[in-house]
Amino acid sequence: MLYRENGQFKTTYRGDQQIFPILQDRTAIGLVLGVAFLLVPLAANEYVFRAILIPFLILSLAALGLNILVGYCGQISLGTGAFMAVGAYAAYNFMARVDGMPLLVALLLGGLTSTVVGVLFGIPSLRIKGLYLAVATLAAQFFADWAFLRVPFFTNNSSSGSVSVASLSVFGMAIESPVSKYLFCLTIVCVFALLAKNLVRGHLGREWMAIRDMDVAAAVIGIRPVYAKLTAFAVSSFIVGVAGALWGFVYLGSWEPAAFSIDRSFQLLFMVIIGGLGSIMGSFFGAAFIVLLPLFLSQVPALLGIPLSVTIASHLEFMIFGSLIVLFLIVEPHGLARLWATGKEKLRLWPFPH
Amino acid sequence: MNTRNRIWLAVGLCSLFANSHAWAQAKEQFIPLLVYRTGPYAPNGTPWANGKQDYLKMVNARDGGINGVKITFEECETGYATDRGVECYERLKGKGPTGATAFDPQSTGITFALTDKAPGDKIPLITPGYGLSAAADGGVFKWNFPILDTYWTAADILIQHIGKKEGGLEKLKGKKIALVYHDSPYGKEPIPLLQERARMHGFELQLLPVTAPGVEQKSTWLQVRQARPDYVLLWGWGVMNSTALKEAQASGYPREKMFGVYWSGTEPDVKDVGTAANGYSALNMQNELGTTKAAQDILKYVHAKGEGSGPKDEVGSILYNNGMIISMLTVEAVRRAQERFGPGKPMTGEQVRWAFENLALDQKKLDSLGFGKLVRPISTSCVDHMGVPTARVQTWDGAKWNFVSPPIEADLSLLKPMVKVAADKYAAEKKLTRRTPADCQSDAMK
Repeated sequence: MLYRENGQFKTTYRGDQQIFPILQDRTAIGLVLGVAFLLVPLAANEYVFRAILIPFLILSLAALGLNILVGYCGQISLGTGAFMAVGAYAAYNFMARVDGMPLLVALLLGGLTSTVVGVLFGIPSLRIKGLYLAVATLAAQFFADWAFLRVPFFTNNSSSGSVSVASLSVFGMAIESPVSKYLFCLTIVCVFALLAKNLVRGHLGREWMAIRDMDVAAAVIGIRPVYAKLTAFAVSSFIVGVAGALWGFVYLGSWEPAAFSIDRSFQLLFMVIIGGLGSIMGSFFGAAFIVLLPLFLSQVPALLGIPLSVTIASHLEFMIFGSLIVLFLIVEPHGLARLWATGKEKLRLWPFPH
Repeated sequence: MNTRNRIWLAVGLCSLFANSHAWAQAKEQFIPLLVYRTGPYAPNGTPWANGKQDYLKMVNARDGGINGVKITFEECETGYATDRGVECYERLKGKGPTGATAFDPQSTGITFALTDKAPGDKIPLITPGYGLSAAADGGVFKWNFPILDTYWTAADILIQHIGKKEGGLEKLKGKKIALVYHDSPYGKEPIPLLQERARMHGFELQLLPVTAPGVEQKSTWLQVRQARPDYVLLWGWGVMNSTALKEAQASGYPREKMFGVYWSGTEPDVKDVGTAANGYSALNMQNELGTTKAAQDILKYVHAKGEGSGPKDEVGSILYNNGMIISMLTVEAVRRAQERFGPGKPMTGEQVRWAFENLALDQKKLDSLGFGKLVRPISTSCVDHMGVPTARVQTWDGAKWNFVSPPIEADLSLLKPMVKVAADKYAAEKKLTRRTPADCQSDAMK
């Protein structure tokens, strides 16, 4: 009743090609952005910013990047943590070695470095597929772990191997307070989400999807697999690299390679699978599920006033979290994004289903 | 609930975020406890965490708190992961009427991440025997307190001990010493000092990293077997230590020539490896082994009531004592702060920071606290956040640890300049300026 497009006529091609062709969607997204940009900074406390919203935004961005590769182009990657690490360490090196390097430029250069490395490790994808490609990208993960632990150049000869960043600022504004960090991340995430959405709607995205669905058929109709696969690797690792740099600079402030370990790669892959492969929205759902749920579960006993020792609470957290993942994959193998889409379909017919 | 939270709830993200409780201005001192009772480091993290918590419970039960201020505490599980540790820090830092007293992160990685955050939140970090070695310089690291020892003092004391065994440090010339270390900031911290010592005495330093968590060390010990170093220094944590001892046995390296850091010389490291650990030595920051009067008080006031955090028989073990010492230092810092800023009141992190900088725990005070000789007397100052660093070497005989050396003092004439250089480098990177003498004074005036 409320959510249907009856009477919304498209009279131009432009109107027909909007990201959100339905008025209700546009209003909803505008409201979400309004809340995120205006209301949340007023209402949330420091813990919510620093421990929940900032990691959620940054990991959403990383999941978005990975979704382009895995969800849209069908190339499974287990090297996301490595590409994040490349982005973070490259940005760190640009900041530390070049005097007066602006933060934003360093982040983007970190992303570009990650692009180069991503394309390099994407080359095997031209020959190998599926599980074998996953193993090849796993090599990227181990290589990055090794390089950032053992090569002193990357850590600017830090004796402990841990690097940290000095005060951050953008256009003369200090990115110090939780609110400014949140708004900074939010802006970057919004820009990248918009770019990614437009990329996947365009010819490049269609090429990726064609390759994903059947690469031989795609090649027959004139799509170059080399170009399609490598651009997917490039775009994906660029976004992932920027997310890695944000994770190091904005969230941790000081990090070691363990921050981008294989666990991070798996975590991101789970986000994409649970959120929904091939869906921009799904990346956010997946990140929310993986980041927020463990935090929520770990606080439930305290919120309910049940005196549980942290050991039991944390074991319970693992068990519930694990079973929820399994449950979700059984109930809705296409992820939370599909659940969302189904919900919208139902809402269109409500309250008069067939 | 304040208005902010009400708006927030209206947004619909409900209970998860309703985290800032309305704290009445109670006479309570909140002490956050970052712990790990799960994951690969749990066997070592658990007794440490139990010691920290039990001591606080005991002070509440025995003395009714600190001058009438009840101690409250909350644990948060970090799993030794930096990002989880940061989340725990954010979760706990604002609790209690005056916020968190001081954090003991139990992890070098988390300490590094919190070192950047603590000055902004005005909460001291206390890292006895771990963390950032350069943080002994209070002139740059205003909020870090590696009281007692650091990794650099450990490395220094170990080399001194080995030198003594050889009959003088000059006898180390031409010798080969290998460092088998956890490949993380924790394991890498001692390297600069060892390199400096190697230059001074002319021994060769071989670096053998072990990938965390350290269950796979075959290739490392193959290298040890090939290179046959005269001594092996072990810088492991958790499961890495017992694995190293087993691998040493398998590759035929004599355990008598292996020396561990404080964190490689506790009961969980050697208990389950059988004969492989016999003859292995390690450092201990504590001057006494076994139970103290404070530990007996814990048995009496906490365990006897069934409120102990762990099994009774771990009371008095090295890691348990370590946790107890950390809580004691925190409690005594609060007491010191109260003397200065108002007895019987909860202290803020800023006030406790002043107290950490002005600790004066002499033998008489330690005896009265029931710590006896477990900890050596400690006095800190504005520029010196560590005190005089000493440690003893102990050897495992198959059933228990036995001291084989008196307390050895780290060579401050070597350490101090290195600490200063490292601290200055940190200050330059972070664009910080060294604290002025006036800054030390102004704190005392508050």
